[in-house]
Amino acid sequence: MTRFHTDALTRRQLLGAGAALGALGLAGCATPGGPSIGRVVVVGGGYGGATAARYLRLWGGNVDVTLVERNASFVSCPISNLVLAGAKRIEDVTRGYEGLRAAGVKVVQGEVTAVDAAGKKVRLAGGGELPYDRLIVAPGIDFMWEQVGGLQAAVDSGRIMHSWKAGPQTVALRRQLEAMPDGGVYALCIPLAPYRCPPGPYERACMVAAYFKQSKPKSKVLVLDANPDITSKAGLFRKAWADHYKDIVEYRGNAALKSVDGLTAKLEFEDVKASVLNVVPSQRAGDLARTAGLVNMNNRWVGVNWLTMESTAVPGVHVIGDATFSAPAMPKSGHMANQHAKVAAAAVIALLKGEPVNQTPVVMNTCYSFVTTRDVVHVASVHQYDSADKTFKTVPGSGGLSAAANQVEGRYALSWAQNIWADALAG
Amino acid sequence: MKSPLPLALRAAALLAGLATGPAMAQDANLARNLAASCANCHGTNGHARGDMKPLAGMPADKLLAMIADYKSGAQPATIMHQISKGYTDAQIKAIAGYFAAQKAAGK
Repeated sequence: MTRFHTDALTRRQLLGAGAALGALGLAGCATPGGPSIGRVVVVGGGYGGATAARYLRLWGGNVDVTLVERNASFVSCPISNLVLAGAKRIEDVTRGYEGLRAAGVKVVQGEVTAVDAAGKKVRLAGGGELPYDRLIVAPGIDFMWEQVGGLQAAVDSGRIMHSWKAGPQTVALRRQLEAMPDGGVYALCIPLAPYRCPPGPYERACMVAAYFKQSKPKSKVLVLDANPDITSKAGLFRKAWADHYKDIVEYRGNAALKSVDGLTAKLEFEDVKASVLNVVPSQRAGDLARTAGLVNMNNRWVGVNWLTMESTAVPGVHVIGDATFSAPAMPKSGHMANQHAKVAAAAVIALLKGEPVNQTPVVMNTCYSFVTTRDVVHVASVHQYDSADKTFKTVPGSGGLSAAANQVEGRYALSWAQNIWADALAG
Repeated sequence: MKSPLPLALRAAALLAGLATGPAMAQDANLARNLAASCANCHGTNGHARGDMKPLAGMPADKLLAMIADYKSGAQPATIMHQISKGYTDAQIKAIAGYFAAQKAAGK
């Protein structure tokens, strides 16, 4: 969730990190209270990876945990659509890793370029290596640029934003919206499911519309969805658009983007010229999953054993979050990644200690979406492990949607963020 | 849930303090793991922030009664009536026991 292609790491920092890591190396653990039960490297410090690192320390006692993350801070995708509305600043959805450091996690800002599963070590950009007994990979998603002609060049040039990894892209899209003259068209292209955060694009349409309603009332939000219909909370979003943004939001299903030309979105049968074009590209497991040989489902996602989150392709490597091939009706969300992380942390600790792994894990998801800057709708689900089918299944009769958008859940949504950020980052 | 009975027995044993040795450790981990699925909203070990209800230190019978009312509809809710129905009674008991054993904030 928090990765970008800017690499702020200097050679000196990397060497320093390598030296520090070497010091903990094979000599066992410096943690007080006994010898280390093992070394765990966690790659990726988003919702999944950060939570895994935190809970390994919380539950594991003397376990050496190293978290490798590209970015200096955690930037949350959830709540970041409020930055587009102008209701939050990017700083409001940004948190540091100091809490994890205080909890005994060695946080290394860096990039893992390769996994040597046979040698049980990961290689860092710049040459360092980190040995592990168990590896947890939380690579998030990367984009399938090849599906839309001209898209990667347009995003690289800064003309088109995806803003589907929160951070500089979020800020840049907000600037484009601010610079857009009143009367302009903001077009949002949504890929076919599955993608990260099913209701996210529709929430984004609401947040941009809320900004237009207040500041640029002659402007339009045009939603071009490759899916036949809204993929999540459909009735609630449709009602929000009718109630609040009647002359602002226009929705078109079955409107798959084929290519981009300047700020023109080329669909199968028509061209749509936008003032601001925001394309959410199709997604797959993050690059590291591919280079590590973890991608074994549909050439796109990572298959896992749901009791341990261990990869079905590479032993000793556990994979969590959006990169996994989802269980039935399991969303790709920050909340779910946090829940995966706890299953993985418990299993890794049990495996390191030679204890039995929990055979009855339960995970759940709550997703709040803002339809105005104060009114929120949710979708929730609970997933119990089914030992016969070896997967998580939703519990019949549980879960569901908000009856209607409301401001009580607007407060809960912000409290949810406070709590899950603290849960993941120990701060 | 394919096997609610053994789970119920284990949870009951845990609450009654009858389990011993490795079995007890496993049950304790089970309660801990289940309770961790609440932490996203209710805070790590039930130490909630903001508008969410803190669960740390809440007496088990109070939490059990609350969940029963969410499940039955006696207590209206925005979301807990939907989430509570995803957990078995034995799981709810284990979760309630875990949070009751946590230190409440400021105590």
